[in-house]
Amino acid sequence: MPKLEESAAAIDPAVFDGPDASGHFGPYGGVFVGETLIAAVEELAEVYEKLSADKSFWAEYDSELKHYVGRPSPLYLAERLTNFAGGAKIYLKREDLNHTGAHKVNNTIGQALLAKHMGKTRIIAETGAGQHGVASATVAAKLGLECHVYMGAEDIIRQAPNVYRMKLLGANVVSVESGSRTLKDAMNEALRDWATNVDNTYYIIGTVAGPHPYPMLVRDFQCIIGREAREQSLEQIGKLPDALVACVGGGSNAIGLFHPFLKDESVAMYGVEAGGHGLATGEHAAPLSSGCSPGVLHGNRTYLMSDEAGQVLETHSVSAGLDYPGVGPEHSWLKDMKRVKYVDATDDEAMKAFHQLTRLEGIIPALESSHAVAYAVKLAATMSADKNIVINLSGRGDKDIETVAKIEGIEL
Amino acid sequence: MSRINQIAEKAAAENRKLLIPYLVAGDPNLETTITLMRKLVEEGADVIELGIPFSDPSSDGPVIQRAVERSLAKGTTLHQVLDLVARFRESDTITGIVLMGYLNPIEIMGYKKFAEAASASGVDGVLTVDLPPMEADELNAVMRAHDIDTIFLVAPTTREDRVASITEHCSGYLYYVSLKGVTGAALTDFDSVTANINSLREKTKLPIVIGFGIKDAESAAAMGQLADGVIIGSALVEKIALLADQVEHDADLLSETIKVISEAREALDKLV
Repeated sequence: MPKLEESAAAIDPAVFDGPDASGHFGPYGGVFVGETLIAAVEELAEVYEKLSADKSFWAEYDSELKHYVGRPSPLYLAERLTNFAGGAKIYLKREDLNHTGAHKVNNTIGQALLAKHMGKTRIIAETGAGQHGVASATVAAKLGLECHVYMGAEDIIRQAPNVYRMKLLGANVVSVESGSRTLKDAMNEALRDWATNVDNTYYIIGTVAGPHPYPMLVRDFQCIIGREAREQSLEQIGKLPDALVACVGGGSNAIGLFHPFLKDESVAMYGVEAGGHGLATGEHAAPLSSGCSPGVLHGNRTYLMSDEAGQVLETHSVSAGLDYPGVGPEHSWLKDMKRVKYVDATDDEAMKAFHQLTRLEGIIPALESSHAVAYAVKLAATMSADKNIVINLSGRGDKDIETVAKIEGIEL
Repeated sequence: MSRINQIAEKAAAENRKLLIPYLVAGDPNLETTITLMRKLVEEGADVIELGIPFSDPSSDGPVIQRAVERSLAKGTTLHQVLDLVARFRESDTITGIVLMGYLNPIEIMGYKKFAEAASASGVDGVLTVDLPPMEADELNAVMRAHDIDTIFLVAPTTREDRVASITEHCSGYLYYVSLKGVTGAALTDFDSVTANINSLREKTKLPIVIGFGIKDAESAAAMGQLADGVIIGSALVEKIALLADQVEHDADLLSETIKVISEAREALDKLV
């Protein structure tokens, strides 16, 4: 059973101020892309540096989040789940209530504003489960921009409702037939498109990975989650929570929740990776918790699932949104700094948590978020009733009901 | 002086353009690759760029992606590619060999171990497409310590103020990417290539070769006129894709496979 970790030994809080000017979090991150894209990445870094210092940019962003996304999202005390776990109080940060049903839109709104300021007319995005694709297609529709979403051929089959949703929103969904035909290959294809159409195209990366400045700017856009949660905790609990729990695929919802708390030493943090069929089977998507080495993929250095010859491994998770062999570079740094503890929940544990939350609270969680719920329930049981845990409920599970039914042999 | 420097100097003295074919090691198998390498030399290749297969070739178009997939399906590893170069060197100490690929296989092997093995095998240069100069100091230092050239790309999108940092890190030759896009795309904008090459000439004394989009004798000649040499990749790999996965191949069939290189040699030699 997990135990509440003692907070990391006193380290200089400045280590959490990354990235440095060249986009590194310690040894991780950086810019590892072909020469053709360097100018585009540098232009984006320059534009973001300027706009992020501009209050009116953030005012525009905040206004969109309030009126279009529906923020702030509630911090909800899950009483029946708390009783079930039998320990610390469990609060849910309700990102599932956002427009489009997940935290992804916090980022696409921000990046679409960047695209608009840069005068780009064409949006591209990669997607795994389809949530980021839907969130990108949504903002493209709202701003009247052309949108192409790259999606692995395997995922297109697994996530048919989201494919149709993107098409309804006017996006062109491009099936990616190369490699393992999943999220990582979709990202390769998006990078190829970007290199080819670099003059008029903005690439909305969906997670805190990719070349600098993406890990930084996606984090900044997702930090709204943690800032709200921090304020809401102080207001509703009267103090900071004792632990934060979030699922980690690329890691954007987790970094969004964690980052505003990094310098609060009393707050323990748990990033829950996809344990798939179990870490011992090798069939998982858990580069941080399964003992992988750092490598380089999709523009950054980070912990990466690759074999001894350096080939990137195929991953497995019941949840398409966590099915990725790498992870955002800031998470790699937070692992090394021992600020966040990275753990896993298996497919089975996530499925169980999916049903538990649905039945106990009337909230159907995304299978991604179910990983966080699974771990938090175990964690809560090790903590006393005067302690408080905040789970990032990063998305709602409507998109997953077909998957769940299929796994359980139910015909809809 | 490195082997690539010697080759470039000799070519310049003879007024001869460098011809650099690219093929993926292990496509369709390692035996065929070494046979093709020898044959390419017979047809006038000065340097061979040998692709290290990688699972996520995000700068490559469909032709090279499929070649990489064929090679990986055979289980080709970086170690095997280095062994292949060592075997090639047993009978050829003149032709330049440049390994071209992505960083992760090198990162996982370890820079030092890779540099030692590459040097022992007779590799002359390394081009890591997803390693830009600002991230390259560590690998460069190790490669240079083993007398291996580090080749970098300049693209049409490269800003003028970055060229100096690229040429500082670059040795052997400078690789000019002729177009915005991935390998194997169609080259359409000759004028911008001319302007960019002329501007590069003012900034570096390195030999400049042009790659991406050169697919036949005509485009080889057009680009050869501007530069010190040309690289032909996808147009060759497309033909290699037609070879059966067997060790022995009909000699005429192999000549047909690499015809684009023979024809490019002929066209380049007519330039001077």
